[in-house]
Parts: sequence; C-alpha cells; structure tokens
Amino acid sequence: MNEERRKERLDRGIKARTEGLYAVSSWREVSYLLAPRAGLILFLLIAPLVVPGLYWQRVLALAGVYALLAISFDFLAGRVGLVCIGGAFMVGVGGYISGGLNYYLGLPVALTIPVATFFGALICTLVWLPCLPLRGVYFAVVTFMFPFLTSSVILAGGLFGSTEGLSPIGGFPNIWVSIYLMMSLVLFAIFGLRRLCGEDIGIVFAGIKDNDQAVIASGVNVTRVKMYSLFIATAIGCFAGAFVAHFSGFIGVSLFAVDFSIMPIAACIMGGPGTIAGPALGAFILAPLSELLRGFGQLRVVLYCVVLVGFILFKPEGLLNWVARKYHQFEHWVKV
Amino acid sequence: MTMDVLIYGIVNGMTFVLMAVGFSFVYGISRLPNFAHGALYVVNGFIAWSFLNSAGLPYWLSILLSLLIVSLIGVAIYQFVMIRVRGMPVSEIIVSFAIALAILEGLRLQGIGGFKGFIGPGYVLPRFIDGVIDTAWVAIDIQRLLIIGVGLLLLGLMWLFTHHFKMGLALRAMAQHERAALMLGINSDRMANIALGIGSALAGLAAITITPLGNVNCESGYSVLTNAIAVCVIGGLGSWGGTVLAALILGMATTLMSAFGGTMWNNVLVFGLIILILIIRPSGLFGQQKELEERV
Repeated sequence: MNEERRKERLDRGIKARTEGLYAVSSWREVSYLLAPRAGLILFLLIAPLVVPGLYWQRVLALAGVYALLAISFDFLAGRVGLVCIGGAFMVGVGGYISGGLNYYLGLPVALTIPVATFFGALICTLVWLPCLPLRGVYFAVVTFMFPFLTSSVILAGGLFGSTEGLSPIGGFPNIWVSIYLMMSLVLFAIFGLRRLCGEDIGIVFAGIKDNDQAVIASGVNVTRVKMYSLFIATAIGCFAGAFVAHFSGFIGVSLFAVDFSIMPIAACIMGGPGTIAGPALGAFILAPLSELLRGFGQLRVVLYCVVLVGFILFKPEGLLNWVARKYHQFEHWVKV
Repeated sequence: MTMDVLIYGIVNGMTFVLMAVGFSFVYGISRLPNFAHGALYVVNGFIAWSFLNSAGLPYWLSILLSLLIVSLIGVAIYQFVMIRVRGMPVSEIIVSFAIALAILEGLRLQGIGGFKGFIGPGYVLPRFIDGVIDTAWVAIDIQRLLIIGVGLLLLGLMWLFTHHFKMGLALRAMAQHERAALMLGINSDRMANIALGIGSALAGLAAITITPLGNVNCESGYSVLTNAIAVCVIGGLGSWGGTVLAALILGMATTLMSAFGGTMWNNVLVFGLIILILIIRPSGLFGQQKELEERV
C-alpha cells in the first residue's frame, strides 16, 4: 500500500512582508513588488522593437486589439459578474463610428478615435441598458445576439456600404504611432482597471458578482453601478474597434464577426480569468500563434476553440494565476 | 396568394419545430444548453451523405447509422467535456459553442492530410419521395408535407415521452430540482447523457428531413442554432405548446417577410425577436417564470 500525500502550499515570507507599508523600507521587498509590473511594461514597450519586420509589428498591434477586448471581457465577467460575450458589437460600433466620420466627413484620426470611443461606449451602454437587469446566462445570450442583429440590419438595409463596406479609411501616420498608441492603451487599461477594482466602487462590483440581492438590500442601485462598469468596458471595446477600422483602412460587416467575440474569451480563459493582466497575456500568446496558422484558413478558429475547451477542462485557473501562485508561494509534499 | 402564405407558413413553422425540438428537449427539459446543436445537424447531413455516396450503403441504412453516430457524439460531448462544467451555465454555453465552432470550421478545413473539406453545393441528400402535389390553390412538393408529418409525429412522441414515461419524467425532475431528484435515486449524469444523446439524434433527424430541400453546408449550422434558440426563447422553457406556437409564429412571420419585405430581413426578425423576448420575459411567452433567477 502506497502512502498518500498531499501538496502543501505556504506563502513565501517576502509576500507577507510586502503586504504592508513597510515594503518600501528595503530594496528587496520593493523589487519583489515591482518585478512583475515592470516586466509587463518592459515587455510591451520593447516587443515592437525586437520583432522582425513590419509584418510582425502589425500582428503585435492586432494582438493589442484582442488584448483590449479580452481585458474588457474579463473586467465585466470576472469582476462585475456580467458575462458579455458580444465583444464584436463593441468593435463594430466603434469601428463604424470612427470609420464613418473619417469617410463621410474627412475628420482626422486624432479626432475620430476619441469621438468613437466616447460615443460608441455611450451607444453600447444605452442599447444594452434594458438587458442589464438580466442575470447570468440570459445576459450572455442577449449580448451574443447583438452583433448578429446589427450585421444583418446593415446587410438587409444596405447601410454604410452594405456588403462591400467602406474604404479607404484614413490610417495612422506610421506604424510606430499606431503600435505605441495600442501598447500604452493596453497598459493604461490593465493598471487603470486593477486600480479601479481596488477603490470603493470595486467592492460594490465584487458584491454584485457574488450576491447581487444582498447589494440591493444594502441600498445600492445595482443597475446604475452595472451601467458604469458597462460604460468603462465598452469604451475599451469601442477604442479597439476604432483602432481596427483605421489600422486596416476598411470598415465592413467583418467587424461584427464572431472572431472578435470568441477569441477574447479564449485569451481570457487561457491567461487567467479575473486577473485583468492575464487575459492580455493570453491575447499576446494566442494572436501570434494563430497568425502562424493563417495559411490554413479557418484553422485559427479551430485553434481558439481547442485552447478554450482545453483550458476550461484541464487548467481552469489559467496561466497567470498559476504563475502568481508559484511566485507568491512555495509548495511541498506532505504525508497525510 | 393568401393560401400560399398560409401553407408555406405552416411548412416553415414545422421546419422551425424540427430544428428546435432537439434543442428544446435538451435545454428546455434538462437545462443543458447544447450550443453544438447546429453543428450536430450539419455533421449528420455529411455523415449520411458520406455513407450514401462514398460507402454506397442503402439510404435507410445510412440514415440509421448517421443518427446513431451523431447521438454517440452528443453523449461523448457530455461525458468528456460538459460534465466538467456542469452547473455553470455560462461555461456550459461557452464550451458547447466552442465545440460547435471547432466542428463547423473544422469541416471546412482544406489541405490537411489530403482532406478536401466539405465546401460547395455538391452535398445533396435525396428526397424520400419525389413529386409535387398540385391542388387548386397551391403546388407543394411531398417532402414539405413530410416535414409537417415528421414534425407533428416528433412533437407527439416527445410529449408522450416526457409526460408518461419514467425516463422522461426523471429528466423533467432533474430540471426542476436536481438535489431532490438525486435523493429519489435519479442518476443525474446518466440522465444528462441520455438527454444529449436523444437531443443530438433529433438534430440529426431534422437534418435528414429538411436538407433534401436544399444542400448540406456548414453555414446552415449557425442559422439552425439561432433558429432553435429563437423558438426555445420565444416559446418558453419546458413548454411543448409554447414551442409549437412560437415555431408557427416564426414560420408565418418569416414567410410573410419573404413575400413582402425580402428574405434578408428574416435574420433581423429572428435576432430581434430573441433579444426583445429575452429582455421582456426571459423565460419565454409560455414558460414558467422564475423571476429571481432571471433578473434583479
């Protein structure tokens, strides 16, 4: 008979020491805290410089788009409890506003992207406002249907260039502007949202996720708080959409494609749900990987799905949670 | 003209019933959202076609074999994948939709190991009985009449199964209160396996009955799924009467839409109705409302 063992996990001493204000008293603690954050910033700022050639720089910028969508999905699903699987709707709305302003009125990129981000988020929030009281699976199905509805309205009504779409849309001055705009926005979204979840309203978000009826009982208007979070998340998604429109120089119903809904979810599940930085990491792994498979047509979508199912089944905590555990804790086997 | 719309509306309604009956059986009765429904529909069409044309089997045998294989696929989806995320509805949806996407896009892959991919209009299943009945008001082919017949037959059988057979009652018990059902000796995993097996076979049967009117293609997988969701959502969970009524409403509405507005507005109608009904009454027009589970 073989003896049974279990894995014991203990926090590292340095983790306990860095939890309070005294962390600033020694370089070792400070660097323990800073290393992961600085690593992320350095990775995102240096990666565009080291990748070979223009093609892979473009891939990196598109990976940034998926990262933003994944962050927005993770913020809503993992922190507020609103599972919104209609990321393509935000991309489409942002892209069509930004591209339309540029195409019809000839406004410059520096103006159209902020306008599309703000008004796109406003439109998405107002359109989804009646769905906000719905819970869980019902909200998921409703949001999932919106991109299909909008694209079929555009096709049936012959709006905005219908099947052919509109082109050309004015692009960015050069690749460096676009890629560093994207990287800085990804960093801003990650740190901003993590900070936001640590504020007072973040506690309300967590409460809504865990037990919304208790939050109502404490006199908080749940729908209003959900609306704020939806506005923030859709602003991120609409920015991503506006970026795609100018980056590819084209808008069409492909902005509402199911790719933009499913790939961020796969990245989120892979990177670590609920961590906000993890989904971005997942997107920066998945997008280049799928780019390698571009020659095989639809194999990319199959890849996302296989990754998604595989991680849900075998590693539901995701990559970043796993890495964080190794960073903060040590493990050893003990006899039961 | 009015007779045309009426008859074809009923035929369309029955097509919706056929597409939805499997999904409704699995989701409405057993509360397992099987978003791979449309993919199984397409898979069944291709399997039956391959048995018929590549292996040269007789038609009835290839139909039976394909139904068997598809229901086994359904069981495998539950046994190996869905069982791990049971009880988390959102994960169930995401996982089953991911499986659907993988199947549908995988069928279209080209050039891997000499696999040509199921693309193009060449995949046509033969009709059961070829011919057109020409009455005074309307000309209708027999296959469409068969759709009505098969739809009515299936509805009757399903109602009988879920109301008067032990297994069907057990499935409904599971959806109502899983713990109480477990306490009464109902093995919920086995029941879910059975539900998915039957539901997948129903999806396959729908494919066998409907696709002879057109051809088997991967794109139809998505529309079958959305149509099934539409019928289920509008009709309400766990209500066969609601399912029939919703399917007939949708059938009439899409027929009218095609006659007066243009076919491309059909999708707008279906998606719009799903969203509208979900916002107003999440459990559907005729389903039992569970107010606190749906909204806050």
